[in-house]
Amino acid sequence: MTEPVVTLELAKKYGLLPEEYNRILAILGRTPSHTELGIFSVMWSEHCSYKNSIAVLKKLPRNGKHLLAKAGEENAGLIDIGDGLAVAFKIESHNHPSAVEPYQGAATGVGGIHRDIFTMGARPIAALNSLRFGNPTDQRVRYLIDGVVRGIGDYGNSFGVATVGGEVYFDKCYQGNPLVNAMSVGIVEHHKVARAIAKGEGNPVLIVGSATGRDGIHGATFASEELSEASEEKRPSVQVGDPFTEKLLLEATLEAIESGYVVGIQDMGAAGLTCSSSEMSAKGIEKTGKGGMELTLDHVPIREKDMTAYEIMLSESQERMLIVAEKGHEQKIIDIFKKWDLNAVVIGKVTSDGKLRVWHHGQLVADIPPMELVLGGGAPVYYRDAVEKKPNTTFPTLKPDAEIDFQKEILSLLSRPNIASKQWVFEQYDTMVRTNTVVGAGVSDAAVIRLKGTTKALAMKVDCNSRYVYLNPRKGAQIAVAECARNIACSGARPLAVTNCLNFGNPYKPDIFFQFQEAAKGMGEACEKFETPVTGGNVSFYNESVTEQGTVAVYPTPTIGMVGLIDDVSKILMATFRQDGDTILLVGGKMSDTSSGALNGSEFIVAFYGELGTDAPHVDLDAEKRLQDFLNQLANQSLAQSAHDVSDGGLVVSLLECAIMNQTLSLGFDVELSAQPSETAIQELLFAETQGRVVLSIRPSHIEAVQALAKEFELSCDAIGTVGGKAARLRVSGREIFSATIDAIADVYFNALENALQLEK
Amino acid sequence: MSKLRFGIIVFPGSNCDHDAEAVCNALPNAEAHLIWHKETDLRQSDMIILPGGFSYGDYLRTGAIARFSPVMREVTKFANDGRPVLGICNGFQILCEAGLLDGALMRNANRKFICKFVTLKVKNNETIFTSEYEKNAVVRIPIAHGEGNFVADPDTLTRLKDNGQIVFTYCDAHGNETPDSNPNGSLENIAGICNKSKNVMGLMPHPERAAEALLGSCDGKKLFLSLVRSFMLQTH
Repeated sequence: MTEPVVTLELAKKYGLLPEEYNRILAILGRTPSHTELGIFSVMWSEHCSYKNSIAVLKKLPRNGKHLLAKAGEENAGLIDIGDGLAVAFKIESHNHPSAVEPYQGAATGVGGIHRDIFTMGARPIAALNSLRFGNPTDQRVRYLIDGVVRGIGDYGNSFGVATVGGEVYFDKCYQGNPLVNAMSVGIVEHHKVARAIAKGEGNPVLIVGSATGRDGIHGATFASEELSEASEEKRPSVQVGDPFTEKLLLEATLEAIESGYVVGIQDMGAAGLTCSSSEMSAKGIEKTGKGGMELTLDHVPIREKDMTAYEIMLSESQERMLIVAEKGHEQKIIDIFKKWDLNAVVIGKVTSDGKLRVWHHGQLVADIPPMELVLGGGAPVYYRDAVEKKPNTTFPTLKPDAEIDFQKEILSLLSRPNIASKQWVFEQYDTMVRTNTVVGAGVSDAAVIRLKGTTKALAMKVDCNSRYVYLNPRKGAQIAVAECARNIACSGARPLAVTNCLNFGNPYKPDIFFQFQEAAKGMGEACEKFETPVTGGNVSFYNESVTEQGTVAVYPTPTIGMVGLIDDVSKILMATFRQDGDTILLVGGKMSDTSSGALNGSEFIVAFYGELGTDAPHVDLDAEKRLQDFLNQLANQSLAQSAHDVSDGGLVVSLLECAIMNQTLSLGFDVELSAQPSETAIQELLFAETQGRVVLSIRPSHIEAVQALAKEFELSCDAIGTVGGKAARLRVSGREIFSATIDAIADVYFNALENALQLEK
Repeated sequence: MSKLRFGIIVFPGSNCDHDAEAVCNALPNAEAHLIWHKETDLRQSDMIILPGGFSYGDYLRTGAIARFSPVMREVTKFANDGRPVLGICNGFQILCEAGLLDGALMRNANRKFICKFVTLKVKNNETIFTSEYEKNAVVRIPIAHGEGNFVADPDTLTRLKDNGQIVFTYCDAHGNETPDSNPNGSLENIAGICNKSKNVMGLMPHPERAAEALLGSCDGKKLFLSLVRSFMLQTH
C-alpha cells in the first residue's frame, strides 16, 4: 500500500496549523513520515494536548490534604479516604461521537471512563452521567435520547457497575450538539495503585485486550472540530464498544496488577497506542531521567487485513491496555489474560535513549522524542483572545401575582422536562449491581454508595445549570460547584474533591474563550472556598453546530462531578420527608432575598415569560460554605430527618420533591410562608432560584437545637410548616396558593418526561 | 456441625457473582466459594447458584452460550441427582436454555431494560427455597433485566400450575397479580418457577440485592435462609 505524501496540505487536513507543522519539521530535522505526522496530529489535537485550555486550567486549585495524585499526573484523581483506601474518579465527554452515532458514542464514553479508573488498579463502584439534549418533542432529539440512554445502559449494565445518578437537561442550544459526560468512581487500596509509566530499561511492553481494527481512527481529531453536515461522514470515526470484553479486561487487569509484575499501565482511549506509548514513555523520562520505548507493530493482534502502521498507531479500538511488565515475568501477565480469554502480546520494550521508535515490516516508521508529543512537554500551548460578549437576553416585566393561577403554574412547572422526574431514563440503568447502592438515581440530592468492609459511604453528584453560566460565566460556574457541594452535604457527606468536564464552543472565538476563562475562574474560586481541589477532568471544545441561524454554540457547560465522604452509614441523609408531624425548616438565604431580579435565570421565567433574565441567581460562597458545615454537623448529630436543597424551580418545587420523590413513602405537608408587600412577591418567593438554601424536616423536639446550630453558622432558619397527610398545602401570607393530593402531584412529576417523549409534535 | 457450602458459578460476563457470595457468606452456618466456568468439579458444593450478569455478553441470546460451558454438564448432573440449583436472573435464563427449567425468557414487553424494586407474591412456600416465607406473602425485591418476559406453551403452563411449580409472581402491594404490577409482560405475572422435583429454581428478581435493610429490603434474605434451614434439617 502506498502512503500519502506528507505535505503541509496533508498536515492541515489532519488538523495541524502551519506553525505546528513547522515545529514538527524543526523537532525532527526532516519531513515526518506519514505515521509520524499522524502521531503528532493526534497528540497535538485539542483533545489530547489541551493546547488551548491548559494555561487556564493550571490556575485551578489542585492541592488538598487528601490528594494522592494531582490533576494530570495519573489517569484520574486519587483521594485518600482512610482505612488504607483511596477513591479514584473522573468525568469525561463523548459529545461528538454521540451526536453522530448516539448508541456507540455513549457506550464507548462509559467504557472509556471506566478504563481510566481500573487502569489505576481501582475497581469501579459507580457510574454517573450528565446528559444534555435539545427539545424532547423533536424527532431527531428523541433518536439521540433513545440511543444515548440505551448505549449507557447496555454498556454499564453488562459491565456490571451501577449507574447511580446524573442529570438530564434539555435546552434548544443542545439541539444539534448533545452533551454526553460520563463519570466513573472506583476504589483502590493504597498499595495497589498502578501508575501510567514506562520505566526500567529492557522491561517488556505488552498490548492486552481486544485486537486492533480500523475503528476510531482520528477520533481525537474529530473531537477537536465543530459539528457540521459533513460530520455524518465521520461516523466511522466513532468507536464500537464491547462491554463483555471490558468486563473481562477489568477482571484480568486487576488480577495482573495484584500479581505485582505490572510496572506501569495505561488504557487506550483517544489516540490509542500513540497516546499510551508516548505518555507512558514521557512520564518515565520525566520521573527517572531516562526512558523511551521501542515497538514492533507486526506483533499487535489486528482484526482487519493489511493495516498500515499509521492505522495501527491511530486506531481507537476499545477495550485495550498497554502494560509495562517486570522483565522475566511477562509470562505471568500473559497467563492471567489468557485465563480470561484475552490477548496479551509483547510488542516492544522500554529503552533508555529518550525516543519512541516504531517498527513495521522491518521499517522504522516513527522515531520521535516522546517528550515533544505530550502536554507539559513539547505540545503547543496557546493563549487565546478573550472578549466579553453579553448575551442578548432580557428580564421580563412581571405580571402582578393576582393575575397568576399559581395552582396551575406550579403543576405546569413540575411537568417541565428539566424539573420532572428522570425515572424513565434511570430505570433503564442497573442502579444496584454490586449491592452497594444505598441511595440510587433520582430519589435524593446525591447518590450514596457504601463501602463494603467499612462503616463508610461515598456520596456523589454531577451538576451544572448551564443557563446560569450562559448568563454569567463566573457566577454560573461558582453555582455549579456550590450546588454540587450542597447536594453532597444534604446527603450527610463532607465534600472531598472535584472532577470537571468543560464543554464549550470554539475556543478560537474570543467570546467563547471569555466564557471559558471566566467559568474556570468561578469554578476555581468556589473550589478554593470549599476546600475541594480539582483532581482532573476533561475539556471539550467545538461544541457548536450549524443551524438555520448560523453556527450555534451550546451554553457554556462546566459540568462538575463531586465526591463526598460519609464516615458512618447510619448518618446518611435523604431528601424526602420521613414522618408525620415533623417540622419543616427553610435554612439559608433570606425570605427578603426576593428583591427585583430574584427570578433571573429561573426555570419559571423561561417557562412562564419565555425570557432568561439578565444574570445568574444570587450566590454567596461564604454562606454556602457555612451551610455545608452546618449540614455536616446536623448529620453527625443526627438532628435532621431529611435535607433537600432549593435549586431548579425554586422553593415550591423543592417542597414538592420532598413530598413525592420517594415513591415508597410519600408524605404531604402543610406550609405557610410570608411574602413582602409587593405585587410580585409571591412568584419571587415560590420560584426564585436563590442559592444557599435547603429544606429540612426535623423532629419537633429538635427545633431548638437545630436553630441554635444554624445561629452558630450565621444562617437564617425558619419553621415554615409540618409534614403529614396525603396532600400538599401551601399558603402565602394567609392566602391559599396551592393544594393537591400527593398522588396527583406524583402523577404529573413521574410521567411528564415520558409523555413529552411520546407527544405528537 | 458442617456448614452449607454454596458453589457460585462464574461465567465470563457474570456480574452478580460477588453479590451472591457476600450474602451467602453472611448467613449463619454457610459459606460460599466461586467456581470458574472452566472447572468441572462440583464436589465441594452442597448447592449451586448461577448468578446474574451477562454471560458471554449475552450476544446471541441470553444464556444461550453459557449452557455449553464445561461446567454446565456438571451442573446438569448435579441437578439430576436431586441436589439444589438456584438461578438468579441470567442464571434463570441459562437454566431455561439448558432445559433444566421449562419455558423461556424473552425481551421485556416495553423492549427496555428495567431496574427497580418490585413486589412479589410467594405462591409456593413448600420448597427448599421458600420455606421461610409465609404462603402468599408479599415481598419487595428488585429486578434488573432486559429479557425477563416469561413465556411457556399452554400445556407447560398447566403443568407448572398443577405441580405447584410457580414459586413467585409479580403483584401489587396488596398481593393482586394485576397487569400494572407486571413489569415485563411475563405470562400470568410469573417471576420465578421450579422444576417438577422442586430442587431447581430460577427467578428474574435479585434476592441477593434485598438482604440488608441499608439497601432497602431484607425480603430476599429469607430465600437464602430457607436453603440453610432445609440443609440443616437434611443433615441432622
